[in-house]
Amino acid sequence: MARKSKKDHWLVRPESIRLIWIISLAVLALTVLADLFIEHHPHFGIDGTFGFAAWFGFVACVVLIAAAKLMGALLKRSDTYYDS
Amino acid sequence: MIASMPFPPALVLILAGLLLPFARGNLRSVLLLGAPLVTLWLVWTVPDGAVWSFQFLGYQITPLEGDALSRLFASIFAIMAFGGGLFALNQDNTIELAAAFFYAGSAVGVSLSGDLISVFVYWEFMAVGSTIVIWSGGLLAQKAGMRYAAIHLLGGVLLMAGVAGEIAQTGSTTFEAMTLNSFPRYLILAGFIINAGAPPLSAWLPDAYPEASWSGMVFLSAFTTKTAVYVLIRGFPGEEILIFIGVYMIFYGIIYAILENDMRRILAYSIVNQVGFMVTGIGIGTVMTLNGAAAHAFTHIIYKALLLMSAGSVFYMTGKRKCTDLGGLFRTMPITATCGIIGALSISSFPLTSGFISKSLISQGAADEHLMLIWMLLAAASAGVFLHAGIKFPWFVFFQKDSGMRPKEPPWNMRAAMIFFSFLCIALGVYPDPLYAILPFEVDYVPYTTSHVVFQLQLLLFSGLAFFLLLGQLKRTLTITLDFDWFYRGIGKVLASEFDLKGAKVWAVFAERIYRTVRRFTQEIYRHHGPQGILARTWPTGSMAFWTTLLLGAYLIAYYL
Repeated sequence: MARKSKKDHWLVRPESIRLIWIISLAVLALTVLADLFIEHHPHFGIDGTFGFAAWFGFVACVVLIAAAKLMGALLKRSDTYYDS
Repeated sequence: MIASMPFPPALVLILAGLLLPFARGNLRSVLLLGAPLVTLWLVWTVPDGAVWSFQFLGYQITPLEGDALSRLFASIFAIMAFGGGLFALNQDNTIELAAAFFYAGSAVGVSLSGDLISVFVYWEFMAVGSTIVIWSGGLLAQKAGMRYAAIHLLGGVLLMAGVAGEIAQTGSTTFEAMTLNSFPRYLILAGFIINAGAPPLSAWLPDAYPEASWSGMVFLSAFTTKTAVYVLIRGFPGEEILIFIGVYMIFYGIIYAILENDMRRILAYSIVNQVGFMVTGIGIGTVMTLNGAAAHAFTHIIYKALLLMSAGSVFYMTGKRKCTDLGGLFRTMPITATCGIIGALSISSFPLTSGFISKSLISQGAADEHLMLIWMLLAAASAGVFLHAGIKFPWFVFFQKDSGMRPKEPPWNMRAAMIFFSFLCIALGVYPDPLYAILPFEVDYVPYTTSHVVFQLQLLLFSGLAFFLLLGQLKRTLTITLDFDWFYRGIGKVLASEFDLKGAKVWAVFAERIYRTVRRFTQEIYRHHGPQGILARTWPTGSMAFWTTLLLGAYLIAYYL
C-alpha cells in the first residue's frame, strides 16, 4: 500500500490529504479567532456577530446546495434530452 | 476638425477582422496581435466629448464620443482582443478569428458611440460576428448558433423599435441616462438586458457559448454581456428594477452551475452570475456601485477569459468537456491548472486577486445605502461563487479522480496568453490604483483593511469547507438542467409526441374503417362475381330455356289479360 501510493503524485497520497485537511482546519480556526482581535465595522448588526462571515458563508452554501438539489430533482434530464 | 480627429478605434479591429481571411503566415500574426494594441492606443487618443459627428437623413449621428466610461470599456475590449488573439494564434479556422475581431471591434464601437443609432448599428454587427464565431464551432454548434441568432435578432428588434420610438418622442438621438417613463424606453431596456443574459431568456448564453470552439468561447465570454453592462451603466443607472433582475441572475447562475456537468457550461452559467453582480450595482446606482459595476466588468473580462482559456486548453488537448470524463489533469498540465486556479480565485474575489478589489465596491455600495437584504444576498452569493466556480471548476477538471488521461500542456501561445491574464489578475489585485484611476467616478475606497480581508477569508474558506463536506451531494451526473429555453426547444418535441400518440390513435381508427369498408365492398363483389358468385356461375342451357319459356308465358298471360 505504502509503495503503491508512492508511485502516484504526492498530492493525492492519503497521508498528504490528511495533512492538507489538518492545515486547512487550522487556518479556518485562525480566521475565526482573528475576530477576537480585530474591530469590524458592522452596518446592520447581524454582521457584527462573532465569526459572522464564517457561519454565514457556510450556511449560505448549504442552503444553495439544498436548493440546487431540489431544483435538480424537478428539472434534471439526461444530457441527451434535446438530441433524441 | 477632421484633420485632428483620431482614427475611430473600432474600425481598426473591424478592418483587421475583414482582412484576416486573406492574411497568411506572419501577416496573420501581426494582425491578430497588432490590431488590438493599435486599438488600445487609439482609445486613449479619444478626448472627452463628441469627436466625430455628422447629420444623416436629418439625424445627428455621433459614431465617436469619449468619456471615462467609454474609454474604460473600449480599453478592456482591446486588451481582451489581444489576449484572445494570442491564445487563438494556432486556431486554423481563420473565419472564426475574422468574425471574433469584427465582433470585438463592434463592441469597441458600441462603447464609443454617442448616439442611439450608432449603438444599434454596432449592436447588430456584434450579433452577426458572434453568431459566426459560434457557427465556427463545428456541426454541433450550428443549431445552437441558430437559436442564439434568433434570440439576438429578437433583442435587436426590441432595441430598434425602442430607439425609433425614443427618437420619435424626444427628437433626440443622443445616448444618455434615461428614466423608465415611456414604452420605447422599456423596449430599449429589454433589448439591452437580453444581451446581459437577464431572465427569462438567460438560457441563450449557456446554450450557445459552450458549443463554440476551444478559442471561440474565450472571445464570446467577453463582449456581448459586457457591452450590455456598459449600455446599462450609461442608459439606466439607478433603475431599481435592475436590482431585482441582477439578484435573480446571481442566484440563477449559481444554482444552475452547481447542477451542471459540462465544464464550459459551468463557466457560462457563472458569466450570468457575475453579470448579475454588475446589474445589481447599476440598479443601486450610487457613485460607489456604478464604479463597482464598471470595475467588475473590467476585471471579470480578464479572469473569465482566463478561466475559459484554461478550460479551452483542456478541451483542446483532451477533446473532453464533461466533469465526469475529466479529473486528475494537474499531473501533466500544471501551468494550465495553476492559471485556471488563479482565474478561479479571482472570480471568487479572493484577497490579492482582481475580483477582490472590484466586487467589494458593489457590496460596500449596498451597505452604504443600508440595503441590508441586498447586502446579505450579495455576501451569500459571494460564498456561492466560490462554491460553483471557484472550487468546482478546478476541482472537477484538475483534481477529483484520476481520469487516466495524461495530456500535455497546450502550445506556447496558449500558455503565454494564460500567463499574461494570470499576471493581470494578480497585478490588479495587488495594486488596484491604476484601475481605480480610470473608473468613471473618483474612487474613495480602500479595499485592503484587516476587517475586510478577514471577512472575505472567513466567507470563502468556510464555503470551501461546505464544498468538501458536501462533496457527495455535488457528485456530477450525466445530466442537463431544463431552463426557459425548453419553451422553444423542448415544447415542440413534447407537442409532437403528444399529437403523435393521439394522431396515431385517430389514424388507427380511420384506417380500420376504410379497411372495413373496402373489405365489405370486395366481399360483395366476390359473393356475386367470385367463383361461387351467383352472377359468375355457369348456367345450364336447359335452365336458360326454362326461364325464357317462363318469361314468354308470363308475357302472353299479361297480354291477354
